[in-house]
Amino acid sequence: MSVGLVIVSHSEKIAVGVVELAAQMAPDVVIVAAGGTDDGDGVRIGTSFERVRAGIEEAMGDDGVVVLTDLGSAVMTAETVLEFLEPEVRAAVRLAEAAIVEGAVAAAVQSQGGAPLEEVLRAAEGAVVSLSPQELQPFVSGAATGHGEGGAPGGTASPAGSQVSGSFTLPNRMGLHARPAAVLAAALLELDAEVTLNGVDATSVMLLMSLGLGQGERASVEASGPDAQRALDVVRESVESGFGEPS
Amino acid sequence: MAGSLDTAWALRWMRETARVIAVERAALIDLDRAIGDADHGENLDRGFTAVLGKLDTEDAPATPAAVLKLVAMTLMSTVGGAAGPLYGTAFLRAATSLGDAEEIEAAQLATMIAAARDGIVARGKAEPGDKTMVDAWTPAADAATTAAREGSTGAEVLAAAAEAARAGAVATEPLIARKGRASYLGERSIGHQDPGAVSSALILEAAVDAAGDGAP
Repeated sequence: MSVGLVIVSHSEKIAVGVVELAAQMAPDVVIVAAGGTDDGDGVRIGTSFERVRAGIEEAMGDDGVVVLTDLGSAVMTAETVLEFLEPEVRAAVRLAEAAIVEGAVAAAVQSQGGAPLEEVLRAAEGAVVSLSPQELQPFVSGAATGHGEGGAPGGTASPAGSQVSGSFTLPNRMGLHARPAAVLAAALLELDAEVTLNGVDATSVMLLMSLGLGQGERASVEASGPDAQRALDVVRESVESGFGEPS
Repeated sequence: MAGSLDTAWALRWMRETARVIAVERAALIDLDRAIGDADHGENLDRGFTAVLGKLDTEDAPATPAAVLKLVAMTLMSTVGGAAGPLYGTAFLRAATSLGDAEEIEAAQLATMIAAARDGIVARGKAEPGDKTMVDAWTPAADAATTAAREGSTGAEVLAAAAEAARAGAVATEPLIARKGRASYLGERSIGHQDPGAVSSALILEAAVDAAGDGAP
């Protein structure tokens, strides 16, 4: 079981689209669209108490539900629904203050990895913070395509210190897209190491995806901390195996 | 002398509200087109039309609170825009404040209007001066409380509330919107009354008219 998600948007199409996008990276997570409103004359722009209520019911498993919303009245509708829930159900629902697209993707990845309710919530709410301009800077400035400090292919360890680095070429056709980014970030999160990939935090799915690294491009990794060498090995293995995908 | 403020009054109030909102639909849409997304009149008309449908087909509610609760639930499911959860919460809190009273006294009425205002504030987190419904409901609640304390009848309390709500709505015209879609417009929101404040005044005026139409 995993934490369920409900996507509340004024637009039915946005809600369905966000579910589609997030589900790509989280096939086992129940993600329910609750977009638009329908009073019998067809769906139109707005949010519906009944759709949100039903969405929470559908997404609710043993591990709770995180609700993501778009503009103002979607928040109000969701809050109103929460007020109506039975206390024990209400206790397992969190309303995320998050950007709906980035938050949903980040939350879905966390939930897929088996994270508990509060961690999924934190992932959703942190998704935009992780895209702060300072963090975007390294690849906005072009570092994504040409970074790397001439590290020898296959990687070099620095036995003297805890800092290690390496540079690896992506062999697979799809490059570092959503699924491998999620797998890699999750694996690195478990290690006690600061890891950057082409200058961005390699534990952030969103930032890894934002690099847009394609086949034949290089991933330059720097890691420090107690698990630095293991972190480098993890990246090497996943990159060189093409993330288990065809080249 | 107006009739008592009982279940029949609550039903007349909601039917009159539905009628007035339908009449004012285009005017509310125009106001909302100027500073919002042009859906307030349409959404509210849809919501109160659905309320009429329920009143016509379901068993008549037994108390004023039951009438208001039915309205609350219907608006929340059918309005779609911000007015759904806002008015839904307002009517729900109003209903809760009445308990199972069959006839509403002046003081209870003032409490009911204040409860509705508190519900809107809790849901929308707007303050007076933000150019929202709160700018109609806050003076209305204050006027109702004062009138009740001074010994006015229920109908007089309603009249005081409606008058204050209308004045509050008119007073939103020079304000800059600080909540909702209109807040994106900044200074361009100046020069138009807030559609939510205007519909709030209409609802309270309908309550007065419903009290005047009561059987002796």
